[in-house]
Amino acid sequence: MMTTSTKWPCVAAIGVGLAAALLVPQMAETHTLLNATIYTSLAIYALSMALIWGYGGILCFGQAAFFGLGAYAYAVAGINFGDSTFALPAAVLVPALFAAVLGYFVFYGRLTDVYFSVITLTVTLILYKLANSTAGEAYRIGEARLGGFNGMPDTPPLNLPFDPAQPLTPAQGFAVTIAALVACYVLCKWILSTPYGRAIVAVRENEVRAELLGHDARFIKLTVFVIGAAIAGLSGMLFATSVFVSPTVFSLANAAQVLIWVVVGGIGTLVGPILACGLLQALSAYLGKIGFIDPAVMLGLVLIGSVLLAPKGLLPMACGGFTQAKRRLRNARSAGLERSHAS
Amino acid sequence: MELLALTLLQVLNSIAGLALVSFGLAVIFGMMRVINLAHGEFIMLGGFATVFAHGMGVNIWIAMLVISPLAVGALGLVVERLIIRHLYGRMIDTMLATWGLSLLLIGLATTFFGNRVMGVSAPLGSFALGAYSVSWYEQVILIIVCLLYAAGYALLRFTRWGLMARATMQLPEMAASLGVARTRVFATTFTVGAALSGLAGGLLAPLAGVVPTMGAAYVAKAFITVITGGASVVVGSGISATLLSVVGTGATYLANPVIGDVALLAAAIVLLRLLPTGITGRIFKGYP
Repeated sequence: MMTTSTKWPCVAAIGVGLAAALLVPQMAETHTLLNATIYTSLAIYALSMALIWGYGGILCFGQAAFFGLGAYAYAVAGINFGDSTFALPAAVLVPALFAAVLGYFVFYGRLTDVYFSVITLTVTLILYKLANSTAGEAYRIGEARLGGFNGMPDTPPLNLPFDPAQPLTPAQGFAVTIAALVACYVLCKWILSTPYGRAIVAVRENEVRAELLGHDARFIKLTVFVIGAAIAGLSGMLFATSVFVSPTVFSLANAAQVLIWVVVGGIGTLVGPILACGLLQALSAYLGKIGFIDPAVMLGLVLIGSVLLAPKGLLPMACGGFTQAKRRLRNARSAGLERSHAS
Repeated sequence: MELLALTLLQVLNSIAGLALVSFGLAVIFGMMRVINLAHGEFIMLGGFATVFAHGMGVNIWIAMLVISPLAVGALGLVVERLIIRHLYGRMIDTMLATWGLSLLLIGLATTFFGNRVMGVSAPLGSFALGAYSVSWYEQVILIIVCLLYAAGYALLRFTRWGLMARATMQLPEMAASLGVARTRVFATTFTVGAALSGLAGGLLAPLAGVVPTMGAAYVAKAFITVITGGASVVVGSGISATLLSVVGTGATYLANPVIGDVALLAAAIVLLRLLPTGITGRIFKGYP
């Protein structure tokens, strides 16, 4: 049974998702629709980070590894099976398994924040190198050639379930991606409302105290990490279907931008990072179009600026400002009342 | 026999390379507990400083050994005063801010220097080892790295400045109450660390080309080396550079360089599972 604080955001998310899936394809041109699909897939990526960092307290610098593994797993499985229906589980399971193995070493080794961050970053960079070095005939998995630096231009599009001859139209693709975003959001909200979800937050707040209360912090962190990896894999897959797979999914820039979305959107919220993702994507697309400065300059400045000036993130800051204004208003009103009573 | 000598030299050279790119990071992490994610970009800027200085007619040794460290050290001082100083004690925020700095520097370098490879040719040529040809320059780097580590150890272990730096590193409050100017120690340490990264970039410029994105190639290995090394700056990174290089070079011989990097990472993860605070967290504890 869901609590009200969980139910209403979920209902709202489903409503907004339905509206977007029905209305956007009517109004937008195909090009805009494809861009919207890419943004939505990246929003799922932001959501995965919002869950594991904002609620699990796990600062993973290498979420791009799971995003990329999802994309590659989808492409390889899709080419081999010839049907995206069976590629979907691969895109979720491969990153989740990888996260489970990596997570076992780091969480059960009780590595602290910094070590963990650096290791995940290094894993991503090595995957980047590895993916870049897979050019040539020697690197093929079944039918699929990994293609090294050029990636896999033959990444298959999504098709109707069990019907490889029927690829999804852009409008259907957009609807599927929106549905995935809403489903992941509801899943995260639901997880956080369960006793297990409370334990996740307890471990974030104080690991020792949570352990003294009988929670196994290592296991809880590991499972959150694996769930986050699965969601990131799904987002990587959806990204791959609308673009194609290349080693840049493992790049430093891709690993950094998800952190920036969460920092800017607000650590400890799910909606903030999703909004920040859309906003910053639009901004960097705009800067790219002007072509005056490198988008990396903007991302770097945004990250430094938000750490120094708004370490809590924009959404919590805005909410905090709103509550503060409300309180000030109420205080002013009660002060006014007192004054009128006194007179 | 010749092959054996050659292999030995190559292992030593790869240890020296790893120790060189890790040293600046190790100084900053070991002394200040600050993970500088812009380390790779400091190396990149050191490389560019050498390339540009050499292009303007400066002697290559002066460009590498003097201009690169000075330029990047100055940048380090500015960064410490502007950004890092506000974030002491907030480790995660420092990492994020320095990552932002890293992106910013890559973006600026791409905008101003262009996304192309620049380089200088290695001085000194090569000598013959039986049928093989070996570069003199790499042996010079090996000697420089040995001198750097020896100097770093001596500085930290035997000088008054080193004593103050180590005191600040171990118990900042106590050192401060005994009259050590903590902010100055931190600013100096960060500047020195940045200068060492610049030196590494300068020395590597003739070996590998210089591109705005080159930092990523070094940063992963440098991080792994430093955190595997643990708290001790000189001894820790020295030991872990040796250990990881041997594993990496071995795997490179058996397969290829990419597998070598993967093996290096895997070895580091397993080591950290066994010794979560790094090698010097358990053994050689307390050495600088």
